[in-house]
Amino acid sequence: MAFQDKSGLARRTLLASSAAVLAAPAVQAQTAPIKVGVVAVLTGPQAALGTQLRDGWMLGMRQLNNQMGGRPVESIVIDDELRPDVAVTKIRAALERDRVDFVVGVVFSNVLAAIMRPVTEANTFLISTNAGPSTFAGRGCNPFFFTTSYNNDQVHSVMGQAAQDAGYRRVFLMTPNYQAGRDAMAGFKSRFQGTVVDEVYVPLTQLDFSAELARIASLRPDAIFTFMPGGLGVNLVRQYRQAGLANIPFLSTFTVDEATLPAQGEAALGFFSAASWAPNMDNPANRRFVTDFEAAFNYVPATYAAQAFDAANLLNSAVRRVGGNLTDKNALRTAIAAADFTSVRGPFRFGTNQYPVQDFWQLQVARRPDGKFQTETVRRVLEANVDPWAAECRMPTRI
Amino acid sequence: MKGRDLAVPLVIFALLALAPFIGLGQGHTLTLLARAMIFAMAAMSLSLLVGGAGLVSLGHAAMLGVGAYAVVVLDHARITEAWMVVPIAILAAALFALLTGAIAIRTSGVHFIMITLAFGQMAFFTTSSLAIYGGDDGYTLYNRLELFGSRALEGRLFFHFTCLILLVGVWALVQALLNSRFGRVLQATRENEARARAVGFEPYPYRLAAYAIAGAIGGLAGVLLANAAEFVAPAYLTWQRSGDLLFMVILGGLAGPHGALMGALAFVLIEEWLAKVTEHWRLIFGPLLIFCVFFMRGGIAGLLRRG
Amino acid sequence: MSTTLLFVQALNGLQFGILLFLVAAGLTLVFGVMDFINLAHGVQYMLGAYLGATFAAWTGSFWLALLLTLPATLAIGLLLEFLIFRHLYERDHLSQVLATFGVILFLNQGVKAVFGAAPMQMPMPDLLTGGVPIMDGLLYPTYRIAILVAGLATAALLWFLVERTRAGMLVRAGASNAPMVSALGVDIRRLFMLVFGFGAMLAGFAGVMAAPIFSVEPGMGDNLLILAFVVIVIGGIGSVRGAFIAALLVGLVETLGRSLMPDLMRLFLDPSAARQTGAALASMLIYVVMAAILAFRPAGLFPARR
Repeated sequence: MAFQDKSGLARRTLLASSAAVLAAPAVQAQTAPIKVGVVAVLTGPQAALGTQLRDGWMLGMRQLNNQMGGRPVESIVIDDELRPDVAVTKIRAALERDRVDFVVGVVFSNVLAAIMRPVTEANTFLISTNAGPSTFAGRGCNPFFFTTSYNNDQVHSVMGQAAQDAGYRRVFLMTPNYQAGRDAMAGFKSRFQGTVVDEVYVPLTQLDFSAELARIASLRPDAIFTFMPGGLGVNLVRQYRQAGLANIPFLSTFTVDEATLPAQGEAALGFFSAASWAPNMDNPANRRFVTDFEAAFNYVPATYAAQAFDAANLLNSAVRRVGGNLTDKNALRTAIAAADFTSVRGPFRFGTNQYPVQDFWQLQVARRPDGKFQTETVRRVLEANVDPWAAECRMPTRI
Repeated sequence: MKGRDLAVPLVIFALLALAPFIGLGQGHTLTLLARAMIFAMAAMSLSLLVGGAGLVSLGHAAMLGVGAYAVVVLDHARITEAWMVVPIAILAAALFALLTGAIAIRTSGVHFIMITLAFGQMAFFTTSSLAIYGGDDGYTLYNRLELFGSRALEGRLFFHFTCLILLVGVWALVQALLNSRFGRVLQATRENEARARAVGFEPYPYRLAAYAIAGAIGGLAGVLLANAAEFVAPAYLTWQRSGDLLFMVILGGLAGPHGALMGALAFVLIEEWLAKVTEHWRLIFGPLLIFCVFFMRGGIAGLLRRG
Repeated sequence: MSTTLLFVQALNGLQFGILLFLVAAGLTLVFGVMDFINLAHGVQYMLGAYLGATFAAWTGSFWLALLLTLPATLAIGLLLEFLIFRHLYERDHLSQVLATFGVILFLNQGVKAVFGAAPMQMPMPDLLTGGVPIMDGLLYPTYRIAILVAGLATAALLWFLVERTRAGMLVRAGASNAPMVSALGVDIRRLFMLVFGFGAMLAGFAGVMAAPIFSVEPGMGDNLLILAFVVIVIGGIGSVRGAFIAALLVGLVETLGRSLMPDLMRLFLDPSAARQTGAALASMLIYVVMAAILAFRPAGLFPARR
């Protein structure tokens, strides 16, 4: 299967750029390869998400002919195993032994938090392509840290706004019992002004939602909001449909995305989600991205891939702006902050805290003519939205 | 104690001491070695239980977790002086071990395994729900512990040798305990409980003491882990981590703490090295473990003993 | 909480318990008869799910997939027994633990290498889609009723096999005192193979049955394994009857605990804290129950060995 060859692509990139370096002994710093550490969870139950992230980055590199600003790029893929202390060890190796110029990636917030210090204290830019914890959006903002994704709270608030706009009065909330789950509930409630009939936290290892589904049925809410990533989402969606509850609108974040839709299938049809990007967005950059991605990897990309793809183009634009010279960190930072590239999600710019200011959409699960499932935009809910923490950020003007 | 049991660990300690000067002095390598040494410490404390007392604990990661989170709690309260934090952390872990051990040691065999697992899970769920310390997202330590007001531990070389000295200390302690009267009684109760009782030794207090000591050492390892990674998360307390520690002990062999030492170093370093070779390194690591069980009875220590 | 809701929750708990029983039954037999700690039992469950999903994709039929998966998991179980496990019966528990852990690593990774990391789809059989209205607005899926029926039928079959057949008598004798059984001239090797194969098939069967409602992904058996160990420790090692009672108990505690604990906490705490503490406590509840039972009956509820 085409999408199994991912590590091969990485190795070919490595070899190609190494060969380029060896062939020119009198190489100048300007043509030395730029090294990028790509950190993602590639083993364990959440590996599907990390795989998407890596594939999105690799496609971006491939479309750029493995070059940024005229210099070849060497992508060093690092598996964080969703273990923060392992991630720290590996990132230190990447920084010191491999001397990476950029670190890109990370699906999960706890791994991001673990590597934030080593990377930024090594004066290296860290571009998160998924995790967007509030910790680094407000007072913890860091001049070396950018995200191409979002602030976690924002996405959940979109669903809250959508629920408010739709006129739902009584909503049932359910998330896993960990920090991101609690943040999801808080995010939803920040814009939803109706009544929350119940808030239920489930264990991260939960398989069977029958107890919670019975509770939902007994309370008869106008809608439910849930944040159930990965396998949790697969189980919940299937069981929700099987229990005959699908007539109660299903509002969610990160629960019905292209990573879980292949397993959820028809059960997820018509369910709602929120994001700043969907595969069906009709702009040239996105059309090209989705087509090329499916041709290369044979599955539908999710936000994890799209945001990593954007990071590739973002860094390319920045390196071009500084003429390939990465030594002046202030200039490089300004170049990245300029975000002078075409994002697959349309208009894209960074806020003062170096998190994106972007539109957010309500999405719905649909079946494509070719039988595959994807999320599709329904309506724009928030326009040019700034995350709630930006005002607290005291970003230094110079590094 | 056989000569080889002494020689092998001393060689390992010497190699670890020389490591920074023979090309392994870069920060990331020292980080890796620090992790290996810290887990070796934890594994040796576990071997006191498994090899010494015959108590197979599947909740030992919780001891490290308690030590690490003690550092977090004190850091949050702005207490960062090592000579305060370290004793408190060790005491906290010992207390946790004492309380849970008091219940667990009433059972034996697989029931003991399950009870220790249960306590480990409880510790994990508790740390996950402590939102004030980051919950599942973890807690970033912006500084390592201060040593009498100085930032000496921030220095890589200094930290490396701190870990090494503590490692040697733990090894010496565990070795001395096993060779002492206390250790002999412990092992007697493991080998034949009825006979030990007949001679007048009640196993319970000896086992509980061993459990508390192992917990205390685990807590120390947890403090070092927190400082090495400069980050603490509930992920440190999962049953999978406890399992890893147990596997290190078994892999190394139960003849003595040097077995756990070798098992832990082998486990951490092979994992790291294999992961560089291929993404699917577990496809190799799994059968490697099976191979070790088949052909290396007595673990790595047993292999060296025969060779 | 209304009585209807309570009844529904209890039913859900029983059904989860039945599924747990299917996994735990094989585990307790293997542990009881052969004194063999098989950590890889969870991956046998996972293999059942993956094979089921694969056969279903090839044949397009759930029933054919089920029919094909049972002998397939039996074959894989026997293969593992032949290659690896039978050499470990004589060894101590710790060696068994390490070796079976190696098997887990290998198979979890192998499944990911072959099928990819993303969860797989297992369609529900057409005959069993839909549900029975059990409460206002809630359907109890027909498929879950089928699991209940299948599980009870399997339990009955097991009871019959273990209590009423000669082979079952040997299994019970082996669980009480294996060396004695061998000394009495029974081919203990063949008995072990039989027990192991059957246990593996049971786990595989549980995997296929669970696949349409649970996500099929690498590592899906790991947390279930822990629960299965809790079940057999509570039930008594080597006792199928114990595993049955304990599995139902664990299923009920898990399910009812999750629904009732937050409400209970609301008596003491404000709603927000009650929900989170309640959720955390509910996760721990099963371990507390296990500890409590072991405090009074250290060998479990129905120990095979006297």
